[in-house]
Amino acid sequence: MNVPVLARTLERAGLSTILVTNMPYWAEKVGVPRTLAVEFPFGHTLGQPRDISQQMRVIREALDVLENAQAPGAIVHSGEVWPIPQDKAIQSWQPEKPSPIIEHLAPRFREMLRQRRRPVT
Amino acid sequence: MLEREPDYPVPWTPLPYGLRECMFGLVTYGGLYQRGVEPPFDIEREEKEPTWGDPSYRSIPTGICQDQVGVSHLHLNVQDVTSDINILLPVHRFQELVQQGRMGGLAELAYSFMGYQGFPPDTTAWEKNYGPQVTEKFKSEGVDCVFLTPA
Repeated sequence: MNVPVLARTLERAGLSTILVTNMPYWAEKVGVPRTLAVEFPFGHTLGQPRDISQQMRVIREALDVLENAQAPGAIVHSGEVWPIPQDKAIQSWQPEKPSPIIEHLAPRFREMLRQRRRPVT
Repeated sequence: MLEREPDYPVPWTPLPYGLRECMFGLVTYGGLYQRGVEPPFDIEREEKEPTWGDPSYRSIPTGICQDQVGVSHLHLNVQDVTSDINILLPVHRFQELVQQGRMGGLAELAYSFMGYQGFPPDTTAWEKNYGPQVTEKFKSEGVDCVFLTPA
């Protein structure tokens, strides 16, 4: 839910914004002026490293949204496809060790799963 | 396009000119910083206090070389952005677009935030302090449009 905040702040102060994100849910829920939604892994918003043509295609799509959106809240879905199978892509964006909040919440998640698996009596 | 109404009214500033006349600014949420010039984000505190995320920001010259790029973000595999900044902050791609005459200019400084803002997320500092500060810095460079890339 932090995704929309800066775009909204900048736009409110008189700057036109375009946001590129793989979390368009939050752009839609909270409200972002203009969004290009990409189905790319976390940490790779504009594409793969050193793939200049892929990066440029995404940027041009985003600039088209900036130039052509007619009303606040525009969300356009990118036509770009991540060239690595989803199961591998999902693994590769993960940090080497779980983030502190994931480690902090893990016992709670494990307990929730245990409760769910417990047979109903 | 939208399938439901957003929770809040959406602000709107129309594009003032065609892209060829517009000065651009860049913002990432990737936790990037310029090594040796500014400190990393405070991930040591986040390790001790997992429900807290560093709300501050870093300034990154758009002429930065790849070997000056540091990344502090505990929620991502940062290997790829460490080898190519453009996947999260497209400084070199935008310089190329300016050289090709497709946009009016690129601000000398880009700004980097670290996207994890705690659990549950607290964006008060972004809204009240750091967002407005970055806005004023962009305005002082004559920026018209901002390209944002959450990580």
